[in-house]
Amino acid sequence: MNILMNLTLYSPELILILTLGFSFTIHLILKNRVITLSLVVFGLLAAALDILVLYAYPGQLYFSSQLSHDVFGLFFKLLFLISCLLTLIFSYDSHEIHPDRFGEFTLLLLAVTIGLSTLVAASHLLTLYLSLELVSITSYVLAGYRREHLLSNEAAFKYLLYGAFASGTLLYGLSLLYGTTGNLSFYSIHASLNSAYIDPFNLYAILFMIFVGFAFKMSAVPFHMWAPDVYQGSPTPVAAFFTVAPKIAGFAIFIRFFYLIFSNETVVPGQWEPLPYLNWASVLALLSAATMTLGNLSALFQKNAKRMLAYSSIAHAGYMMMGLVVLNQTGLSAILFYALVYVCMNLGAFFVVSVLSNHFQSEEISLFKGLGWHSPFLALCMTFFLFSLTGLPPLGGFIGKVYLFWALVSKELYWLLWVGILNTVISLYYYAYIVKEMFLERPSSKMSLQVPYVQQAILGMLAFALIVFGLYWEPFYIWIQSSLTFTIFQ
Amino acid sequence: MAVGLSHFLMVSGLLFVLGIISMISRRNMIGVLLGIELIMNAAGLNFIAFSRYIAQDLSGHIFTLFILIIAASEAVVALAIVLRIYQNRATISVEAVGEMKC
Repeated sequence: MNILMNLTLYSPELILILTLGFSFTIHLILKNRVITLSLVVFGLLAAALDILVLYAYPGQLYFSSQLSHDVFGLFFKLLFLISCLLTLIFSYDSHEIHPDRFGEFTLLLLAVTIGLSTLVAASHLLTLYLSLELVSITSYVLAGYRREHLLSNEAAFKYLLYGAFASGTLLYGLSLLYGTTGNLSFYSIHASLNSAYIDPFNLYAILFMIFVGFAFKMSAVPFHMWAPDVYQGSPTPVAAFFTVAPKIAGFAIFIRFFYLIFSNETVVPGQWEPLPYLNWASVLALLSAATMTLGNLSALFQKNAKRMLAYSSIAHAGYMMMGLVVLNQTGLSAILFYALVYVCMNLGAFFVVSVLSNHFQSEEISLFKGLGWHSPFLALCMTFFLFSLTGLPPLGGFIGKVYLFWALVSKELYWLLWVGILNTVISLYYYAYIVKEMFLERPSSKMSLQVPYVQQAILGMLAFALIVFGLYWEPFYIWIQSSLTFTIFQ
Repeated sequence: MAVGLSHFLMVSGLLFVLGIISMISRRNMIGVLLGIELIMNAAGLNFIAFSRYIAQDLSGHIFTLFILIIAASEAVVALAIVLRIYQNRATISVEAVGEMKC
């Protein structure tokens, strides 16, 4: 394959890299936030357009099979671009992002986005590791963005500590996998795992080490401890981005890695089975149940809205893991659909908290008291986001959950189904509590909350998207089902 | 006695365990960062040994070069964060950063 074709297939990331360099230079010269922001928005939109163009190209491996081009990766790249775009525009008016250092912020956020979109396309252990570290290292800096803020320092240090431990263990696991198979490319590893008998104990150890690295990104139990502290300490727009993009990337790379390497496609198309003597799916089912139960139970007792949403995002990782367990196409498309809805509802909920924390310099849940009386638009949007997070009809979260539960029914995993339904009921308590505070309580003081028009537009758009996903989801679901071709054997 | 693959694996396994122990037990942030470096170098040693004895090509060597670069950049970011904590709190003990509790 010639170099031009390689560069064409990598062009969305190249556009982002150019945008990053160009916008930062312009910011250093002109020190004008509006110009920087519009440059970055232009670059992101150009990259999104480029991805849409790339849908026409057939799936293939490029850069000497370091990366793979397929619709599965393109879907996730679009999600990351959307969440990066919304976060950037929203943080323009946020007080937590210092105006003089806005250029740095865009630089770091774009670097994370480049890392994420390379990560979901990785088909080689080296690319996997490098892009994972690009995401992690820049995230540590983003978490500590408020240099003078003690909690932000703490968040950065904790993120660094857990992240370095997770990626170190992942790296050790990758080295053992390389030693067992003698290959670095996903496809060659899969072929040699299938051809020779390997001691199951050995494989389980490797599997566990690699799982540590991915579970850290997905914030799955038992590697979730960092999540609440990091989300609470980071600036709120950054926390919104962290709960959405790296988590979904964790799921994407988990699907690609485990389905390509540790599973075989059965004779029925769209069905997989784990490698013989390596039943990782049933272990994952237990972890999924543990993740959602722990996330929901801890969220019940939180006083801080950001911390509560952090635990709720752990619970949502548990819901999405249900789709991984069933090992078929229904489960995967349920995960992808849930990811799409999750981006909208979680970004929205964090953005509303960000508006409040801009105004009050605090994120206590008691601040929501009477919000519906003095700023009804904000409260209405928040209600949509929270009800969608719970999974109430007619919002997108309901449809997403129905698809996840349906995938479990198709595989007759009824115990996990009951755990999921029970967890949904528990989560209703703490989500509905905020709604009750907003509408049924009188505000304690006379005040008016000024929300900039741009932020109002974003919140309205996200709430509208949730209603669309709840009422007319079929075209999106069909699109997602067509984005599931990622197995290309050379 | 000739040095073989198992000797390399033993050293790297030892390094990995020592790195984890150092991350868990050290109270000084710099000590914790040293533990992280040990873990990454253990994996690097593994890659070189496997590349020499199992794969018999240079892919593992190249991987190790990248690990060195990543370790350096991770150390830069980590030291910057530790420096910022020192400026704000005048201590680099791990116990000093524990304000957020559930």
